Amino acid sequence: MRRPAPAWLALAGLLVAAAAVLPAAYLLIVVAGDLGEALSTALTSRTAAIVARTLALTAAVTATAVAIALPIGWLTVRTDLPGRRLWAVLCTLPLVIPSYVGAYLFIAALGPNGMLQEALGVAGLPSIYGFGGAWLVLSLFTYPLVLIPLRGALRRIDPQLEDAARAMGRRPLAVFRSVVMPQLWPVLASGGLLVSLYVVSDFGAVSLLRFDSFTREIYIAYRSSFDRTAAAALGAVLIVLMLGLLLLSSRLRTAKVVHRLGPGTLRPPRPYRLGRWRWPALAFCALVALVAFALPVGVLLYWASEGVASGATPWSRAAALAGNSFGVSAGAALLGASAALAIAALAVRYPGRLARLFERASHAGYALPGILVALALVFFATRVVPPLYQTTALLVFGLTIHYLPLAVGPIAAALVQVSPRIEEAARGLGRGRAEVFRTVTAPLARGGLLAGAALIFLHAMKELPATLILAPIGFETLATDIWTQTTFGFYEASAIPALLLLAVAAVPVYLLSERGAARP
Amino acid sequence: MNPSAQIRTALLVVVAAALLLVAAGCGFDASSDSGGGAGEPETEGITLYSGRIPAAIGGAVDGYEARADRDVQVRYADTADLAATLVEEGDASPADVFFAQEPGAIGAVADAGLLAALPADVLELVPPRYRDPQGRWVGVTGRARVIAYDRGAVRPAQLPRSPFGLTAARWRDEVGWSPASSSMQEYVTALRARYGDERTREWLEAMVANGAEAFPNNVTIRDAIAAGEIEVGLINHYYVAQAVAEAGPDYPVGVYFPPGGLGSLMLLTTAGVLEASDRKPEAVAFVRSLLQRPSQGFFTSSSKEYPLSRAAVPDPSLSVPLARVPSPGGDLIALDELQATIELMQEAGAL
Repeated sequence: MRRPAPAWLALAGLLVAAAAVLPAAYLLIVVAGDLGEALSTALTSRTAAIVARTLALTAAVTATAVAIALPIGWLTVRTDLPGRRLWAVLCTLPLVIPSYVGAYLFIAALGPNGMLQEALGVAGLPSIYGFGGAWLVLSLFTYPLVLIPLRGALRRIDPQLEDAARAMGRRPLAVFRSVVMPQLWPVLASGGLLVSLYVVSDFGAVSLLRFDSFTREIYIAYRSSFDRTAAAALGAVLIVLMLGLLLLSSRLRTAKVVHRLGPGTLRPPRPYRLGRWRWPALAFCALVALVAFALPVGVLLYWASEGVASGATPWSRAAALAGNSFGVSAGAALLGASAALAIAALAVRYPGRLARLFERASHAGYALPGILVALALVFFATRVVPPLYQTTALLVFGLTIHYLPLAVGPIAAALVQVSPRIEEAARGLGRGRAEVFRTVTAPLARGGLLAGAALIFLHAMKELPATLILAPIGFETLATDIWTQTTFGFYEASAIPALLLLAVAAVPVYLLSERGAARP
Repeated sequence: MNPSAQIRTALLVVVAAALLLVAAGCGFDASSDSGGGAGEPETEGITLYSGRIPAAIGGAVDGYEARADRDVQVRYADTADLAATLVEEGDASPADVFFAQEPGAIGAVADAGLLAALPADVLELVPPRYRDPQGRWVGVTGRARVIAYDRGAVRPAQLPRSPFGLTAARWRDEVGWSPASSSMQEYVTALRARYGDERTREWLEAMVANGAEAFPNNVTIRDAIAAGEIEVGLINHYYVAQAVAEAGPDYPVGVYFPPGGLGSLMLLTTAGVLEASDRKPEAVAFVRSLLQRPSQGFFTSSSKEYPLSRAAVPDPSLSVPLARVPSPGGDLIALDELQATIELMQEAGAL
């Protein structure tokens, strides 16, 4: 017999879930307004074919992102890899490059007659366009979605379990498979889910790389004919896809007991000595950092050196934009991490139909293109809370519900590793549930909270369509500045705001890796 | 710091941040309302929703502000996104004026009954074919559909008389177009009106069969020509003009106005006044100012667009006079026509 969730937590979960389904509710309202047209748009053989293409890309990118993140996460947390903290930061930062800028950078570097082709002096390179290019670029920009929570989970693993396994004569690889991997499944599943949702809802990268994915159908339905019913119907298809991916992801999360059983403080794990394996390990990290970080940043620096000469964005203005970006993103990160904590606590501590429903609901905003989230908030805000319309408060709220699931996964994974017995002990000592939650559970899950907040922060920094529509008038961010610079295709001029975006994002990313390394 | 003290600090930070946000929200709220909508009489000026970026309209807005001693608050975003936003806002819209990059978007807003009729003296600043037959919006500037080409690989004399000729074997795998962009779709809509669906479908199918490469927009086609990836592409003339202004006269992409077929069709940027505005006289004054000499001069000199006002003089660099560039006319951008165009393009495998 399971205990029911305390009322205050259930209420908090309900509020968060209700906020998160606003965009989906908006889609339903629009679709219900013209059901016939919606059905005829959504249910065609064309839709089916494009969904299949999109899912193929999604599967390829998700598998690749996990394959990149798993070794880097393990190497930078659990081994004596030289410069592991630096590698961790460098390998996380690609997440903050907006995908439409990132794709453009890759085309400039690897595309026809691009920088690499010029440098090599060859007649042609394999095409960057189509499935292959979209696979490469999206994998390189999404693997940090797995890496960030994975590093958090690796730090929380109790080394005693591994020690015990090794003492019983298991070889390192067998220890990894039988002891470490089972504890990583929850974060790999939730991180993989985020990658796959990112891929199905991305538009910027796939359109530049000329891969016809499902979001392009939405774009054609909505931007060309201004037909919001068709766009909403296709958005509803995205929600259905998301539900399928959620089910798949929850299947992958094994129900094993993965929190530590022993009492006492977590001992910092002894790093594995890589020995001569150090060199291939370094080579792998360097390769990923080179392609995912150094290459796009190198192109940006090259453009910036030309852009500064022609005076693109003055530094004073750029600093103000950076302040706006930071403020809004930090607000969304704080609000989002708090909201996700409620959802995750319910899902982990009081699993049941209600908790599962709330958790799935919290993902709705992430599966949709930003413009649909923005239009949903325009719809509700002008009707229900007109004074909040086009305020920073509404913008922060919009970014929060758009990116909420980014924090749910890491926080849930952290809570899974906190033994409920510690909480029970605190309860036994006479503390109330809220008190225990505040003083025991939350601090123990700190790594997950920080990872979740950082993920929301990094995404909010680069968000564009919702920011353009929901921000107070005249409120500009680094992302909106990049947009104004790139509309006419002068990507060189966007180099400085794009580099600033990276610089501002580097702060939380660095702190995250620093803190985690110092206090596991 | 022990864990509970730490979490207390964290909670304090959260509360402080929340308070700051609310405060900031209220502060920004006041400023955003000053544009109109709620209509406080103590503030002056209008709110403009602009589908065109600051660089494309800044000079015109600044000039109006200085001359009229009025404030213009501008929300910049993608034209289609703003059109959808206006439709969702309905009567509650804070916008007074909508300035759209494409006529289809303002048509959608007009069809939703959200635009007020413009006075005749404003409409008559432009020839009839550059304004809404029902008088709800007016064209401000024009961009011509042209064939852009690689000046290193192609001589203008080799180029076909019209885009119909781009299906020849000479251009196999060398043509870029952007079937998903509104400008290409408007062009195809005009083709259908002139040549009928059958002829248009044949052309679309022949383009696909000839290996026309689909790009997401005009800019990427231009850049692909500049990079030597393709030799020619169907784009709007001013994207090349802007790149030339940025990169200098050695820019490798040239512009060719095809004389045959539809010629180089004129696509309009348009402006209209919102029915929900409670500052209509001022909003109309702003739209009028867009069609007066200083603003028209800004558009034509900065981005090399065609000025549509009868009073304005095109930039000397525009070698083809406005009168020789055909326009689709207001009735051609009807939304059901656009829908039929998209279906035709999908059937032909172009989209």
